[in-house]
Amino acid sequence: MYLSTGDITALSLTVKLAFTVTVVLILVGSPLSWWLARTSSRLKAPLSALVALPLVLPPTVMGFYLLIAMGPDGPIGRLTSLMGIGTLAFSYPGLVFASVLYSLPFVVQPLQNAFESIGSRPFEVAATLGANRFQRFFFVAVPMAKPGFFTAAILGFAHTIGEFGVVLMIGGNIPGQTRVVSVQIYDHVEALAYDQAHQLAFLLILFSFTVLILVYGLQRKFSRSLLSFN
Amino acid sequence: MEIQIRNLLSSVVFVSLVYGPCALGATATIAVASNFGEVAQHLADEFESITGHELTLVMGASGRFYAQISNGAPFDVFLSADFEKPENLISSGLALSDSVFTYATGRLALWSRDEALIKNNASVLSSNSSYKVAYANPRLAPYGRAAVEVIHALALFEVLEQNLVQGENIAQAYQFVFTGNAELGFVALSQVLRNGEPGFGSSWVIPADLHSPIRQDAVLLGRAKNNAAAKEFLNFLKLSSSQAVIQSYGYGPGDR
Repeated sequence: MYLSTGDITALSLTVKLAFTVTVVLILVGSPLSWWLARTSSRLKAPLSALVALPLVLPPTVMGFYLLIAMGPDGPIGRLTSLMGIGTLAFSYPGLVFASVLYSLPFVVQPLQNAFESIGSRPFEVAATLGANRFQRFFFVAVPMAKPGFFTAAILGFAHTIGEFGVVLMIGGNIPGQTRVVSVQIYDHVEALAYDQAHQLAFLLILFSFTVLILVYGLQRKFSRSLLSFN
Repeated sequence: MEIQIRNLLSSVVFVSLVYGPCALGATATIAVASNFGEVAQHLADEFESITGHELTLVMGASGRFYAQISNGAPFDVFLSADFEKPENLISSGLALSDSVFTYATGRLALWSRDEALIKNNASVLSSNSSYKVAYANPRLAPYGRAAVEVIHALALFEVLEQNLVQGENIAQAYQFVFTGNAELGFVALSQVLRNGEPGFGSSWVIPADLHSPIRQDAVLLGRAKNNAAAKEFLNFLKLSSSQAVIQSYGYGPGDR
């Protein structure tokens, strides 16, 4: 198998992006899904719907509107310009931001399910033992929802690896910055370099297959506990 | 009497259903490079009203069409955005070699949505080192390759290298400029023109001698060897009246 330096750059960028996005997703997704799991607020339904929107929107459509929103006249672009970091399109941070939005439902939904299936009993017990809200979250909820965290992280990671449409729209195809594997494969196919495309696609399939075996293996292991996708 | 009329009517309906398509003309499916979509639709409408043939236009990326045609897609004519793909299809026996011709040549424009930015020349390109410059991926898009040639011809590659952002195709390069994410962009003149006049923003029509010609070739595909509609449409594209329409959309003339 022969990989060009461009292919290798794209591969390592993709893995780096997926790691970063997964970490951000867990940090943002845990409090959000915890809140969604426990709240009886009227905002629950609209917020859940907002989080799930990327499942429905075609990625290129979402990417196009992100491009507009990130532009100098868009709400995100104005905010980032005010903060002194310019606009986000065509940059690695922009890619991280867009990928977090895009993969959010894949992390929030398993986490929310995990938190919900714990029920309120363990927290009531913890509260009677004098645990405050943070202790209840970190020492009761997080350990009990561990399989949920595992699934969420793997799904977020894998989904970011396979991301294409959004990156295509906001990336600008800059090597080492925004040219990820999926775009590289697309370019190979469009340029009729099918052999190179096959190689990269093969690696991608191998990777995805491994990840999914891991997830389903784990799901069986925890089949009687808290893990579920939907 | 009433029954007779009803019988007559139903036989008319029957006859026109069965023989109608033959009486009206043949049908053909045309794969059109997306940059030429609007013009192709204009020309196809004219063609249909003159000949009574029926055309189905499918717009898309030339590379994708190439892959689809290689795998048996039911297209009769291919209007590519370049000349390599029709050539490749001919050498792999999927298209007819005597049918290929250049139906249009692409013209490149430097475009900004800011009315005052471009003063009908290249000076803006070296005026501000923070301007992002969009162009199409030169590996995939002939317009992108031409843009790179222009940048080299102007000896601006080192100045611009860090500021270049790539769209997958010319439509995306246009999008980057349209949404303000890039201040400048090398786009197709046909994208900038509206009814033959420059649309909004400011632009510089890049002299054709700064890059090699962007030849867009058409070819008749193997399955359409005997398809009258497909063959006549290719001839229709060569008519000087059709060539005038093509040029009014911002393209240079084809080769015959």
